[in-house]
Amino acid sequence: MKQMRPNDMMLQVSMRLITLIIFAFSFYLFLAGHNNPGGGFIGGLMTASAILVLYLAFDMKTIKKAIPFNFTTMIGVGLLFAVFTGVASMLFGFPFLKHFFDYFQFPIFGEVELTTALPFDLGVYLVVVGAALTIILAIAEDDK
Amino acid sequence: MNNLIILPIIIPFIIGAVLIIFPKHHRLQRVVSGFTAVGMLLLSIYLAIVVYQNGIIVLEAGNWSAPFGIVLVADMFATLMILLTSLLSAACLFFAFKTITPQREKFYFYPFYFFLLVGVNGAFLTGDIFNLFVFFEVMLLSSYALIVNGGTKYQLRESFKYVIINVFASALFVVAVAWLYSVTGTLNMAHISERIAELEQTGVVNVIAIMFFIVFASKGALFPLYFWLPKSYFGPPAAIAALFGGLLTKVGIYAIIRVFTLVFYHEPSYTHKAVIVTIAGFTMLFGVLGAVSQFDFKRILSYHIISQVGYMVMGLGIFTPLAVAGAIYYIVHHMIVKTALFLFAGAAERVTGTTDLKKMGGLLKTHPVLSWLFFISAISLAGIPPFSGFFSKFPIILAGFQEEQYIISGVALLVGLLTLFSMMKIFSYAFWGKQKHTNEQAKLPIGKLLLPIAPLVALTIILGIAAEPIFQYSLQVAEQIMDPSIYIESVLKE
Amino acid sequence: MEVLMSIVIGIIFTVSVYLFLSRSIIRVILGTLLLSHGVHLLLITMSELQRGAPPLLNLDADAYTDPLPQALVLTAIVIAFGVTSFLLVMAYRTYKEHKTDDLEELRGSADE
Repeated sequence: MKQMRPNDMMLQVSMRLITLIIFAFSFYLFLAGHNNPGGGFIGGLMTASAILVLYLAFDMKTIKKAIPFNFTTMIGVGLLFAVFTGVASMLFGFPFLKHFFDYFQFPIFGEVELTTALPFDLGVYLVVVGAALTIILAIAEDDK
Repeated sequence: MNNLIILPIIIPFIIGAVLIIFPKHHRLQRVVSGFTAVGMLLLSIYLAIVVYQNGIIVLEAGNWSAPFGIVLVADMFATLMILLTSLLSAACLFFAFKTITPQREKFYFYPFYFFLLVGVNGAFLTGDIFNLFVFFEVMLLSSYALIVNGGTKYQLRESFKYVIINVFASALFVVAVAWLYSVTGTLNMAHISERIAELEQTGVVNVIAIMFFIVFASKGALFPLYFWLPKSYFGPPAAIAALFGGLLTKVGIYAIIRVFTLVFYHEPSYTHKAVIVTIAGFTMLFGVLGAVSQFDFKRILSYHIISQVGYMVMGLGIFTPLAVAGAIYYIVHHMIVKTALFLFAGAAERVTGTTDLKKMGGLLKTHPVLSWLFFISAISLAGIPPFSGFFSKFPIILAGFQEEQYIISGVALLVGLLTLFSMMKIFSYAFWGKQKHTNEQAKLPIGKLLLPIAPLVALTIILGIAAEPIFQYSLQVAEQIMDPSIYIESVLKE
Repeated sequence: MEVLMSIVIGIIFTVSVYLFLSRSIIRVILGTLLLSHGVHLLLITMSELQRGAPPLLNLDADAYTDPLPQALVLTAIVIAFGVTSFLLVMAYRTYKEHKTDDLEELRGSADE
């Protein structure tokens, strides 16, 4: 018997738009994290949820083509990012994880505060996205 | 200079993260992890020497000064534990190279192995009670992953119980930290100790102390919270079981000793001499009775972990410098010998294909080296001179008699006797008697398996022969941890 | 407010212990989840439920809040997240291997 495919055109079209919004908001949360609510963890979870929504709307193969990362590798890279932020300050003779910040002038954004917490948070972000998706996909792919 | 003490935490962290990225390159993983294990061993020896010569090293992470930021404190006790950890992890890792199957390696065995070391070393080094919780969780999460590694039916079934009891204990840990924070308003252990000294340890502080004891007791497998241990340590492969048996419960014991010498030391007549000593007695007795009743190589060893954890806690409970030094010596002895014994069980299982004593026999004839090395470790565990077991039990029991704790000392002596009995049971069933394994099995070469274990056996002999200097060292460690003002001054710099 | 919170925490603990004692794996995991929520609420309540500005140098306010418990709770939440997701995967694998999620059937026999 031919398998019935549900008509999910509405879902697919609307998801393309919605995931874009979620991605943008998660990126905002990630950057806002230093002095406001947000940060790598919550931003990462939101990105993971956006990717999951894509998985729901489309099938596994399409998304694998669209997002060609290995999520487990992402965990490793994220951990390295986080730890090397701490190690970097050791190389200059400061204690582990010493935190630096300064204000820079950028053409469009104006004055922006850049801190060494940012690469650390990027590491957290990558770890969270990688771990959440690895765990969920491990179960999803198993069910065949 | 102070950054030196973060290295035992971040080196395994970096290596673990790198190994996640290359999960399929088994050869690369082995080479990298082997070199790291040796490097860690050298580093921890260096660290122990530096701390021995220069006193306590304190690192304020992120340059936030003491009571506000997180501190890492390397005193003699912590560096000793890190040294032992590196030693055991190297031995188990080299044993794993020879025994572990590629399917298990594929499940991120090496990354989790190193994350486990991150958690363990972090728990030894941290000077912050909440940070201790975090490192405990790092350690436990990696241990969950390692204990189900391979995913056999038995492992999945028993590990679930292991995970649930630990999750529950961790929740209680957070509760205890919350109470402590609401009473003292700080998380830095040196600062907490100061505040508790001002408060006087009564009422609610005692409740918090016992709460911490319950939390660490369930991680360290004390009576009555030990039931998860024997079954869950039976499932995983020998290298992992040996690492867990040698290491994990001792992290709980370390935390008990640290907390009850640094923070809750004002009411020893209640917390130490009543609660801890009683629990220690029951732990020893029930552990050894469990071992006597078993007929399986690995299960007997698992039950002996419980009974011997009781000795360490008994040393703390008697709470004189001699007894605490004995407890520290006992930890050193136990970690080395117990790991060696578990690895011997793995080697014997390699030959006979089982760990059921009734189906084993005659190993002495076919594998004499294995048998005699096992014999040395076994009688060392039971406390026969001139090996390390005797010289580590002796000060604890001596201190027990000095402090007129006759019942617990009697129990300790009885438990020593029963330990000897169950060790001899293993020896007579598995090594003596008729050969029950086939001739093909008898020809299996296991010389390479014994290479990582031999240094551990050599160490137990050395620890016995050179008991005097090592006991002096333990005594110094004990005096350092029993005088909290040294720790507090070096952390808070007053 | 603290009293109300204590009652809520008590109820959460009761429910989670009840779930812990049930026979289905997934209920036990829900119990751990609820327990961690209760613990986190306890942690935030234990330092009093304060209202006020964050304790930053350039802020001028009548009252400041203690940021430490919030940082601790955040850390504890992340850890609970990790543990719960691990437990769910493990429960799934156990179910696949044993074809049951009944803990009574997962007891194991005494002699193995």
